[in-house]
Amino acid sequence: MIAKLQYQLKSQKVIVISSFILFGLFMITLFAPWLAPNDPIAVNLAHKLQQPSWDYPLGTDHLGRCTFSRLLYGARISLGFAMLIFISALSIGLIIGIVAGYKGGWVDQLLMRFGDGLMAIPSLLLVIGFVGIWGAGLKQVILGLILVQWVYYARVIRGMVLSLKEQNYITAAKISGSSTWTIMKKHIIPNVIPSLAVMGTLEMGWAIMNLSSMSFLGLGVQPPTPEWGAMILEGKSYIRTNPALMLYPGLMIMIVVVTFNLLGEALSERYGIKRR
Amino acid sequence: MESKERFILNVRDLHVEVRTKEGSFKLVEDINFGIKKGEILGLVGESGSGKTVTSMSILQLHDRKNIQMTGSITLHDRELNGLKNKDMRKIRGKDIAFIMQNPMNAFTPVFTIGHQFIETIQAHTSLNKKEARELAVNVMESVNLPEPEKLLKHYPFQLSGGMLQRVMIAMAACLKPSVIIADEPTTALDLHSQLLVLRLLEKIRVEHGTSILLISHDLGVISEMADHVIVMKHGKIVETANVLELFDNPQHEYTKKLLRTRPTLYSEKQPYTYTL
Amino acid sequence: MGTYVLKRIITIVPIFLIATLVTFGMINLSPVDPAEAYFATAHIQATDEMLEQKRHEFGLDQPLLIQYVNTIIKICQFDFGISYVTNKPVWDEISSRLPATIQLTIGSLLIAILVSVPLGFLAGIKKNSGMDHFSRFLSFIGASIPSFWLGYLFIFFFSVKLDLFPVEGTGTWKHLILPSVTLAFPLIALYTRLLRASVLENLQESYVLFARTRGFHEKMIMGKHVLRMAISPMITGLGMNIGNLLTGAIIVEAVFSWPGFGRYFIDAIFNRDVPVIQAYVLLAAGVFLISNLIVDLVQMYIDPRISRKGRQYQ
Repeated sequence: MIAKLQYQLKSQKVIVISSFILFGLFMITLFAPWLAPNDPIAVNLAHKLQQPSWDYPLGTDHLGRCTFSRLLYGARISLGFAMLIFISALSIGLIIGIVAGYKGGWVDQLLMRFGDGLMAIPSLLLVIGFVGIWGAGLKQVILGLILVQWVYYARVIRGMVLSLKEQNYITAAKISGSSTWTIMKKHIIPNVIPSLAVMGTLEMGWAIMNLSSMSFLGLGVQPPTPEWGAMILEGKSYIRTNPALMLYPGLMIMIVVVTFNLLGEALSERYGIKRR
Repeated sequence: MESKERFILNVRDLHVEVRTKEGSFKLVEDINFGIKKGEILGLVGESGSGKTVTSMSILQLHDRKNIQMTGSITLHDRELNGLKNKDMRKIRGKDIAFIMQNPMNAFTPVFTIGHQFIETIQAHTSLNKKEARELAVNVMESVNLPEPEKLLKHYPFQLSGGMLQRVMIAMAACLKPSVIIADEPTTALDLHSQLLVLRLLEKIRVEHGTSILLISHDLGVISEMADHVIVMKHGKIVETANVLELFDNPQHEYTKKLLRTRPTLYSEKQPYTYTL
Repeated sequence: MGTYVLKRIITIVPIFLIATLVTFGMINLSPVDPAEAYFATAHIQATDEMLEQKRHEFGLDQPLLIQYVNTIIKICQFDFGISYVTNKPVWDEISSRLPATIQLTIGSLLIAILVSVPLGFLAGIKKNSGMDHFSRFLSFIGASIPSFWLGYLFIFFFSVKLDLFPVEGTGTWKHLILPSVTLAFPLIALYTRLLRASVLENLQESYVLFARTRGFHEKMIMGKHVLRMAISPMITGLGMNIGNLLTGAIIVEAVFSWPGFGRYFIDAIFNRDVPVIQAYVLLAAGVFLISNLIVDLVQMYIDPRISRKGRQYQ
């Protein structure tokens, strides 16, 4: 028993630490304009490719823009849009999951099969395909990512609705004796929320990874918007002289994704949920 | 005449403790029993009484890091407790054979029965594949298993539980062990298969003079097969007796309760809530 | 067993047809007008009559169904149309670049399997040992690190700093190493994790205990019985993950300037070169289906339960 407690404590520690880090990152997202020493898109060719200095804490890129400021604003893009994707995908998943679970029958089958079909295709390919049809750009990538993600949430919600339906019958038979709302509160929602939380954290990390991958390929964010993946694309030519241009953005991506993954894994261990 | 009195397998003062983070817990203590040549010793007890621990201890298959075992276990006067694994391996399967409760899970699903039978023979003899196969077929014929060659070509999942159990017993008897430990050999089977299995064990006992440690919670099986019986509860032996005496004249309270809770034709007279 | 194989092969056809339907639909949904795109890349200002004529040439004025059937017929002949950009047959462009991608992906797959099988297996058997912690760490990092960044890290350390390997291009095995390892990294992360979990599960099974009671050597139980049983889920995971191999290849090719098909595909997307995009999607679908088939066949060999479920003895 003590082993189990120790285990839980360890997960607890990880949850706390990673939440802390994420909180810090979200603060950066919010306060980037105040934290950044320079305008991230201000071009200043006279100062291009400089080493770190007081004016430019991490140096400048090939157009004289402050790397540090770009990193901070990049956090805005990555985290901000990750939240957007999460909320949108969750909302769509909520609607579809409720409809599928509640209606049942062929509606349910159709929606779930469609979802299965979507999941069968490798997600990045789907997003690239999306971009292929509707052109490159941040909007298209975001839409593509939402399109890929909603299925997971829909499944969880649908499961909740299905068990709720069953509970209805039991309540009608008056065996359990408690009202639908109580059952929902006590049994169903506590199971759904952790699942959604675990999914959410892992999916957000995944979304950030894909957003930066697409931007790296030139298919996502367009210049001059500061985004970590795009920064690597721009910085790769200077790998010999200014490796920092490539190193720092990638490091940021990794830190953020690692944090999300740690949090997601710790949550799934703490609440005993299987990951996707 | 003295050799007939000697115990083939002799367990004296067996104490088994497990070390956990919370301290040491006794699994079984003061276990004393012996089996003579050609004798069947029944071991009765419910789950958690220490039956499995006892049999695993005899085979020295305990977790040597966390489990502490004191006492003497001798086979043909040779001390097994503390024996090096290298030497113990020669004994397992050859001098002491084991029959598992659930034959469906005991065999490795991806290899044929024949493969595993031959594997067992080759682990303890220097026969080549052909000779081993012949031996297997002979043994199976001698225990009236139908079409042995064909049977050997099948995979475990293709055979019924009863058939698998009989093959397992044939495999156990094939190398002419001195002792067979049968752990709940009939529990997972239908009645007809149970009969066949018990008959088979009896045949082996008679023909080869094998000593059998028959573990079962089924008192019917015990009464049918055993010469002597020991009753275990909470890791201790609470009664040792000759089988006839046990059923006619149980001494210990626990034994009496066990005998009482057997379903009989007069079950209706027994109250439902009968706790042991 | 033969019927099972045959059935599996046949099911590929309808699925592939659905893929063609999807790409066909995709292209017709696309706001790109092939005629306009043609003239745009040729830098010709087209009049309405020229556009009409081009559309007629492309067969765009025919009913959709006929267009679809024509497309299918052409695909069977490996005719994927003409690239809007280069005006050369798409198939030529593809076949000249495909070998490089195949080289990269096969190399990575081999590396991934050669590393993850021993690593995952040993990690599972010696739970909580140093090897185990290392493998879990590796799995975690491998799943969290952006592969393009990893590629540049490798380039930075091994090419720029240490000058061990060339930075880009192809030719020798030295050129192949960094890209393959980069591509293999996330695969190793996944496969090791899968195998380790599978091994841990299998160690709890009765057959392991039964093997021990028969006096088998521990190494034999682990290496023969457990490995064979445990590797099944990992192979399934491998099949399901082929998609990531394809998309990863696109990124790795971009990082290392590897002249493969993935990079060409990205260019095609930029240029709205619809025939090439369609060809890529279909090829990807084909690869996906065939690799899943191969995985299924391997599974069948490893685990006889799959193909023989029907045949009971009595």
